[in-house]
Amino acid sequence: MNILVILIPISLFLGIFGLGFFVWTMRTRQYDDPKGDAERILSDRWDDHPAP
Amino acid sequence: MSATDFESGGAVACPACIATPAARGKGQAGAGGEETILALPGVHCAACITTVESALTAIPGIGDARVNLTLRRVRIRHDGSHSPEDLIAAVKATGYEALPLDMVALSSTETERQSRDLLMRLGVAFFAMMNIMLLSVAVWSGATGATRDLFHMISGAIALPTVLFCGQPFFRSALAGLRAGRLGMDFPISLAIVLASSISVYETFHSGHHAYFDAAVMLTFFLLGGRYLDHRTRAAARSAAQELAALEVPRAIRLTEGAEETVAVSDLRAGDLVVIRAGARVPVDGVVTAGESELDQSLLTGETLPVAVGPDSVVNAGVVNLTGGLTVRVTAAGRDTSLARMADLVAVAEEARNRYTSLADRAARLYSPLVHLMSFSAFGVWMWITGGDVRFAINISAAVLIITCPCALGLAVPAVVTAASGRLFRLGLLVKSGTALERLAEVDTVVFDKTGTLTLGTPQPLDLDRHGADDLSVALALASVSSHPLAQALAGAARARGITAAAVTDLREVPGHGIEGRLSGARVRLGRAEWVGAVPGDITSTWLGVTGRPPVEFAFADSLRPGAEALVAGLKAQGMAVHLVSGDVPAAVADLAARIGIADWHAQILPEGKSAFVADLSARGARVLMVGDGLNDTAALAAAHVSISPATALDAARVASDIVLMGQDIAPVAEALRVSRKAVRRIRENFGISFGYNVIAVPVALIGLATPLLAALAMSLSSITVTLNAMRLGGGRE
Repeated sequence: MNILVILIPISLFLGIFGLGFFVWTMRTRQYDDPKGDAERILSDRWDDHPAP
Repeated sequence: MSATDFESGGAVACPACIATPAARGKGQAGAGGEETILALPGVHCAACITTVESALTAIPGIGDARVNLTLRRVRIRHDGSHSPEDLIAAVKATGYEALPLDMVALSSTETERQSRDLLMRLGVAFFAMMNIMLLSVAVWSGATGATRDLFHMISGAIALPTVLFCGQPFFRSALAGLRAGRLGMDFPISLAIVLASSISVYETFHSGHHAYFDAAVMLTFFLLGGRYLDHRTRAAARSAAQELAALEVPRAIRLTEGAEETVAVSDLRAGDLVVIRAGARVPVDGVVTAGESELDQSLLTGETLPVAVGPDSVVNAGVVNLTGGLTVRVTAAGRDTSLARMADLVAVAEEARNRYTSLADRAARLYSPLVHLMSFSAFGVWMWITGGDVRFAINISAAVLIITCPCALGLAVPAVVTAASGRLFRLGLLVKSGTALERLAEVDTVVFDKTGTLTLGTPQPLDLDRHGADDLSVALALASVSSHPLAQALAGAARARGITAAAVTDLREVPGHGIEGRLSGARVRLGRAEWVGAVPGDITSTWLGVTGRPPVEFAFADSLRPGAEALVAGLKAQGMAVHLVSGDVPAAVADLAARIGIADWHAQILPEGKSAFVADLSARGARVLMVGDGLNDTAALAAAHVSISPATALDAARVASDIVLMGQDIAPVAEALRVSRKAVRRIRENFGISFGYNVIAVPVALIGLATPLLAALAMSLSSITVTLNAMRLGGGRE
């Protein structure tokens, strides 16, 4: 069971990493227009102003 | 091209992209000054975004235009040289409808902040739940002794802060409910979360077998999910409906000792003199002292025929002055105007409607006492059976609370409402009120207003083929100099037929009468029947008079709103009783009723009459859907079981109605009724599903066989089934 000493910190780290990533997506307002972002990828226009 | 284009272009490293960047950079220097936001009910795809954005950015002075497809609006940054009207015209030129949004209302980002706050809590709960689940799987699959205790401890270390942070919305609302002396859905939720967490802490320190940390966090996550869905749907609809800018400007031009000054309507007193320009809305009740004009009363009374006014005529707030300037002595302003009295009627009617209890409330009222009763009796019974084993008895009662906890119940309504509102939003309908969908589903009678609702309120000339080309060319020459709606409609229709204007000279507009000019020496007139020398009929028309010839009549009919016929046919197919109630003259109402197939129509009904008509239908047991736009409909809109008004309606009407129709096409209303009935069926199904799970799981918990594994299974299974069932509604493209 010594492997737990490594595995548990790893799993916790991955979890915290994911949470941090999520906080980053929220800070950069990536949930403001989910439908628009889904459609914009189909446009061949170059979208260089992704912020609102 | 600006420097930023090159920088990001290098990062993308695609020659084609660099070759065809959007025309964004230009005007950037002058931009940033002002921002305008427009609602775009019609956008729905990538091509729409591109069309609107490139059309707008091509206009000089506009720095940036960004379409938000989720909220269906466009944010335009410009240098301040564009009025919202210009921008709307620019968007309309690309073929999309656009409506102005109120900047002041938009700048209040309170709801946005709340929604981000909820989302943050939801995210934290999700990650905590996933980590605890990993640890719990190990415990469920048989970890024992020190390993289990360690896993419980780590779970607790993750769960406790999570619950404290993420559970706040429930704790706060439960506390508020307690202070107000009622047990909502949030009290059992909070109790279950707190009890589950604290008992798990106790068990962990006494190396017990069962810790419910996973259940507590899962509960928080699922319920926050429901809360977030609920909040997002409501916020989107509410903001869009409220932020549609006021059509009427609350300012007036006061005449003080010969000098004109612009003042707020609220500053006017009885006895003041007010100047009302042609095309403006009358801000007060009063008596005309000077000037002649025609008034469009359609928003107030539903009458499409303009009314001539001169000195000593009485005018009411809300009507539109059409042709000439008027000076009006104020008899009532502010709270005493007929407009404000109408608002009082609305307040009374709305109070009656607020008594509606939603399905969720009814379920909660039944559910909360039952759950507490069960949990406490389980505690008592097990205390008695075990002879005072408090730890065991509390374990059982906590398990009961967790298992019965309304995960599915908390998700059942929001998930369905979100799916249904999304569906309606795609159809161009904004649901403002939380219970509107449920009320809409009960509707069996539909009452329509005529002007502005089934019609567009814009006249269209009839049978232009009957007239000779020379008559039309004279009429066009005269009509094109006037801003009167009939004249404009006539001029537009004549131009559309390729008619060129005759060489009419000395054109002048006679306020309240029409336009006069000279055609090769003869006097020609276009205007009111009496003025031209004809006998007025009872349909909307304007007359062309050339000296020495009998006058020619140009008849007009209100143009039908697109989809009106299909809507009435659709409603009849659904078995609804359809009524038409209008303030307009009988001939006009009868004509329209015959055209779209409504057998039951009433004409010349006053605003009080409309609301009485609706109230009478309701008293006889009918559930009435009122569709109207004018001030005269406002009281009826509020009195009806549920109401819809088009986005072009007056503020008061939009405020009074539950659902706002964003597009011009009215046909989606029939689909909305279908969707709402389906939604209510799904809500009931969802209640059934979660009740079913409880019927199986609760006895297990009561006899003390509940394990954290069973709790986790019951909770996630019921939540997922309920959500999937709700999502069946949103599926399918229209």
